[in-house]
Amino acid sequence: MPTHAQVPAEGRVVLDAGDINRALTRISHEILERNKGAEDLLLLGLHTRGVPLAHRIAANIASVEGTTVATGSLDVTMYRDDLKSHPTRAPHRTELPAGGIDGKTVVLVDDVLYSGRTIRAALDALSDLGRPAVVRLAVLVDRGHRELPIRADHVGKNLPTARSERVSLRLSEIDGEDGVTIQ
Amino acid sequence: MTRHLLSIDDLTVEEIHEILTTATEMHDVQKRAVKKLPALRGRTVINLFFEDSTRTRSSFEIAGKWLSADVINLSAKGSSASKGESLRDTALTVTAMGIDGLVVRHAASGAAEQISRWIDVPVINAGDGTHEHPTQALLDAYALTRRLGSLEGKHVAIVGDVTHSRVFRSNVKSLVKLGASVTVVAPPTLMPAGVGDWSKAAGFATSYDLDAVLPQADAVMMLRVQRERMSGGFFPTAREYTVGYGLTRDRLALLRPGAPILHPGPMNRGLEISPDAADAADSLVLDQVSAGVAVRMSVLYHLLAGDGQNEGATA
Repeated sequence: MPTHAQVPAEGRVVLDAGDINRALTRISHEILERNKGAEDLLLLGLHTRGVPLAHRIAANIASVEGTTVATGSLDVTMYRDDLKSHPTRAPHRTELPAGGIDGKTVVLVDDVLYSGRTIRAALDALSDLGRPAVVRLAVLVDRGHRELPIRADHVGKNLPTARSERVSLRLSEIDGEDGVTIQ
Repeated sequence: MTRHLLSIDDLTVEEIHEILTTATEMHDVQKRAVKKLPALRGRTVINLFFEDSTRTRSSFEIAGKWLSADVINLSAKGSSASKGESLRDTALTVTAMGIDGLVVRHAASGAAEQISRWIDVPVINAGDGTHEHPTQALLDAYALTRRLGSLEGKHVAIVGDVTHSRVFRSNVKSLVKLGASVTVVAPPTLMPAGVGDWSKAAGFATSYDLDAVLPQADAVMMLRVQRERMSGGFFPTAREYTVGYGLTRDRLALLRPGAPILHPGPMNRGLEISPDAADAADSLVLDQVSAGVAVRMSVLYHLLAGDGQNEGATA
């Protein structure tokens, strides 16, 4: 497993650990309500920080419904539209449950929704991997400035930002502690 | 600066690991219903082969196509090279068509490097004479790593026609870089001249005694006897070669249990490798072929997909 660069704790805190926890709890309930239960649900985390978020939501759903929800991870490196403008890097693991994604209600889970280009790449990746019945999007933070007609179904917090500002999400699984900062 | 892959020397240890990690992800694509990634959409790659090849050329072709590149195969037979066009003119001509990458195989050592000085698109060496075959070494490292885990401290025996082997020259570099120890076994006539100083500088051991080396090896790599590159008598008879240096049925018993057997292909069954060894449960020959596609996808991706700068060693 490649090591992930940790996000330094800088700037103004807009969500602390408790806020993140409550937002994820609400998103978990929303997903269940929308799906009318946990049946055929697949939580697919986008690398890097969407993956632990998907696992946290799955744990929330398990404690509410008493059933385990399938989770997986999706790397969209090969599908990005800006490959040509960066040095290449090795992709992360794409891991799907044994049954694949066909006929499932796939909930893409990501940390921060910004231009929407990552989600566009994820939708392309999904279409190469199978045919889900429904695809939804859950994000912890929506900071606006969309460049594509994409919106999230479940949002932890809408955060109005300027393009010049940097929104950083830290998660204990990767960065040692939870928090969303803006600078 | 345009990046090329002409020799294993072009890669740092970190870059080799990066290529192997990427290949793992590419390998998963082989198992999918839709075997396509869009990373090289709109790019064109030419496979320029002045020497015969089955697996290298077809796996480069498949690798490029699965990354959505357009791939064109040119072989010397049937191209203007057979009418006497110079290597330089052929290289400049195909590049002038607006290609994004050139995969070259040539019987002359250094041909790929020479071409890389003439053109400004990435050149990948797919075998140049008796010099190097870097993607073969990378796919061997990949197949070995999948079987053995980290190669750090592992002992690999490379056996056979060392003198004529570009596979050997690339492999010894990558295996040593990855921390393996290498023993080269060959009859005195097929051991390169001056191997003593070379082995000291490059950090590998040599032996003429296959039976003594086999029990100590974690993996054994058999090299093809390259009769097309032999003008004189390097060994009296094929039978005599097999008795001394072939991986025969009897010698299989000398191997450690589970030690994998590699061969870059094409195999001379009955000469350097017996059918019992080639088809053994521990034979990685077909794993090497499937690794070839994944590793070449990874190499094409890293050389052609990005902005041409060195890839980040840690992503």
